[in-house]
Amino acid sequence: MGVLVLFFHPVLEKSRVHRRLVAEARHTPGVQVRDQYELYPEFDVDVPAEQAALTEHDVLVFQHPLYWYSGPALLKQWLDLVLEHGWAYGRSGTALDGKWVLHAVSSGGGTDAYGPRGMNRRPLSDYLLPFEQTARLCGMAWLPPFWVPGTHRLSDAELDAQAGAYGGLLGRLAHAPRDLEAWTKLPYANADVLRAHRPEAEP
Amino acid sequence: MIEGGFFVTALVYLAAAVCAVPLAARFGLGSVLGYLLAGVAIGPFGLGLVGEEGQDVMHFAEFGVVMMLFLVGLELDPTVLWRLRIPILGLGGLQLAATAVVLGGGAWTLGIAPRESVALGLILALSSTAIVLQTLEERGLSKTQAGESSFSVLLFQDIAVIFILALLPLLASHPAHGHGEAGHGSSWVEGLPAWAQTAAVLGAVFSIVLFGRFGIRPAFRYVARTGLRELFVAAALLLIVGVTLLMTRVGLSPALGTFVAGVVLSNSEYRHELESDIEPFKGLLLGLFFIAVGSAIDFGLIGQAPATMAGLVLGLMTAKALVLWGLGWLFGMGFDQRLLFALALAQGGEFAFVLFSFSVSNGVVSTELASRLIAVVALTMAATPVVLAGFQRLLLPRVGTRERADRPFDSIDEDAPVIIAGFGRFGQIVARLLETQDIPITVLEYDSDQIDLLRKFGRHAFYGDATRLDLLESAGAKKAKLLVVAVDRPQKALEIVQVARRHFAHLQVVARARERSDAYDLIDAGAHHVVRETFGSALDAGVQVLEGLGIRRYRAHRLARAFARHDERFLREVAATRHEVEDFFSMIRKRRAEVERTLKADLGRPGSHLDAAWDVQTLRAEMGSSSGGESPVEPATSTGGPSPTSAGQGRTAPSGRDR
Repeated sequence: MGVLVLFFHPVLEKSRVHRRLVAEARHTPGVQVRDQYELYPEFDVDVPAEQAALTEHDVLVFQHPLYWYSGPALLKQWLDLVLEHGWAYGRSGTALDGKWVLHAVSSGGGTDAYGPRGMNRRPLSDYLLPFEQTARLCGMAWLPPFWVPGTHRLSDAELDAQAGAYGGLLGRLAHAPRDLEAWTKLPYANADVLRAHRPEAEP
Repeated sequence: MIEGGFFVTALVYLAAAVCAVPLAARFGLGSVLGYLLAGVAIGPFGLGLVGEEGQDVMHFAEFGVVMMLFLVGLELDPTVLWRLRIPILGLGGLQLAATAVVLGGGAWTLGIAPRESVALGLILALSSTAIVLQTLEERGLSKTQAGESSFSVLLFQDIAVIFILALLPLLASHPAHGHGEAGHGSSWVEGLPAWAQTAAVLGAVFSIVLFGRFGIRPAFRYVARTGLRELFVAAALLLIVGVTLLMTRVGLSPALGTFVAGVVLSNSEYRHELESDIEPFKGLLLGLFFIAVGSAIDFGLIGQAPATMAGLVLGLMTAKALVLWGLGWLFGMGFDQRLLFALALAQGGEFAFVLFSFSVSNGVVSTELASRLIAVVALTMAATPVVLAGFQRLLLPRVGTRERADRPFDSIDEDAPVIIAGFGRFGQIVARLLETQDIPITVLEYDSDQIDLLRKFGRHAFYGDATRLDLLESAGAKKAKLLVVAVDRPQKALEIVQVARRHFAHLQVVARARERSDAYDLIDAGAHHVVRETFGSALDAGVQVLEGLGIRRYRAHRLARAFARHDERFLREVAATRHEVEDFFSMIRKRRAEVERTLKADLGRPGSHLDAAWDVQTLRAEMGSSSGGESPVEPATSTGGPSPTSAGQGRTAPSGRDR
């Protein structure tokens, strides 16, 4: 069971968080990283190449920052181009059936900002709904997101902890865990965020 | 000396060098020791192939030291020199003074007359520029803190020699043996009053600076325009010989004069060309010089009193090293750097040979003492490469505090990560893009008129032919990351790529190709990135035409990108296979037809990858055959205005973005 990290960041040189996370992914055995902005700086996504990569893996991790309650522009372009009718969805579109999708996202706002009284009013999962529905339409199962909240104020120690958790998560996914079904009940895939949300959903 | 004149002498020296140096290098002892041993082997106490005239050879070969200082000067532009003023004057001055006091004091306690002791102290305080710089360079230590400090001290010593020469006659206590001159040709300023001498000296230095600033450029451009390489070498040698003669005539050290000339020329576009032209001469002459030193070691004298001589050698080196150690501590060097600094400069210098014979003829030092000390100096010089080899192999790994990250004065040359060969229309655009990111560039240009033109626009390029290995090397190809081959002549471009790929494996090569066939050759030669000079602009023109025909701009752009991708793949394929096929042209025709077919399919066919994204034909077909009408399975057709995500809201909530 292989893990494919589809990584989208237009200004990686300015992102402390994603530099760490993507390095963590690169060092995890059984994980392949495709740095999309590095591959397609002109947005001309090579559809056959991307489709071939998807076919070879069972878990697709979309790693990206949250921009305006969605992903960076190339992520949308990528979905538009790669998830072709007749391949990813539609009557004969079964190429992705049974795969797992996980979004690893970072946000400037902390967990509180995504609460009922926070400035973003709604939980993170609401903002990821278009991605979730896209995955489900293509016959894939949705895993709870890995979330690095509050990047504006993240301390080095906290970043270390998040990077470690991310590496651990990818490592476990690469070793074909049997309890993936159970995971889908969790709101978030990282432990510290889970603790913050324990009252809402107990595993 | 055996019969046969110049050629036999040349044969002896060259054979000695060719036999001994590779051997020494093999055992990790460096070339300097190899030359010295070669000298011992052919000297009067070895095979006896050279005798008295070894001295003449040494005087001739000192010209190698002059050339070396010219090259050192070229590497130092005036701002760097100004930054080094404290180590040069402070460290250099203190080294000379303290060492002279210690050695002179030592001589005096050993029962030598006070005046003689002063002379000995001053002469023995000097170290060997030739041996130290060459050995440090060879061992890759010249850019360390200790290496730069050593250089500063040596530079000060070169300046101080002039004053020591002036001072020695005043110390005379023995009857003079000859007229007061050694190794310095007849002087124009002899017998002039002091103020006139000073004026002549200042005038000479000033004229070198003036000529370097204003005269050299037109002169070299005039020579370069002939395109004859050897003429440029001749001009470079002419420059150095001229400066040497001028300096000797006004009574200055020629090494100092050429050093000044080098510094003045360090900002000139001819710097790298001069460097690579003079380098082989300097190397050979220095080698000759070391051989001469080796052959001059008087083993007869050593044999008479081996214990005394050993004591003198050891005492001299220890005393000098201790003073240097103290100074290193005073100037805040780390332990390992201090150790290197102390060991590097602990020998006597080649100036000692000149100064001793000068003081003998002026009656300052007795002949017997002088010849004994000359042997001591030669032995300490021979010991230095051994000591440094031992330091690097045995001591450095153990003391290993290594370099501190923030050295007080940084490396002598700033090596740019990018070299651009060819600075015409192509190279300039590359350079301008890089400059927006403050990336340092070293530019090489073959056309001296072009350099001249560039200068009028305030741009700076070095003159030289980048197909030459030595020029690439002095332009920093060993340390650079990327080489941009932007010359317009395909043959030149190919040669540069071949040389660069053969000798600098780490260097990424971005090459400009004129024609498709040139691109094949460049790919064959191993260029990492081949850019066809008209491809991008022609493609832009094609996009303009498509747009003019009413095709939407984004579609035209995507077509061009797909075309470029396929063509690039096609280019690589043909480059790889074209040698295997018999009929090149029919192969090209066949392959091109294939590519065009796939391109057409890719670009035009409904449902092809390029169009699939926003095309709904297949989807509509599927819908029609099943339920028809609207369906959630329509990501590509959902065109309802701005989706109810949170753009408007987010504007007041920038925390939704992550940087």
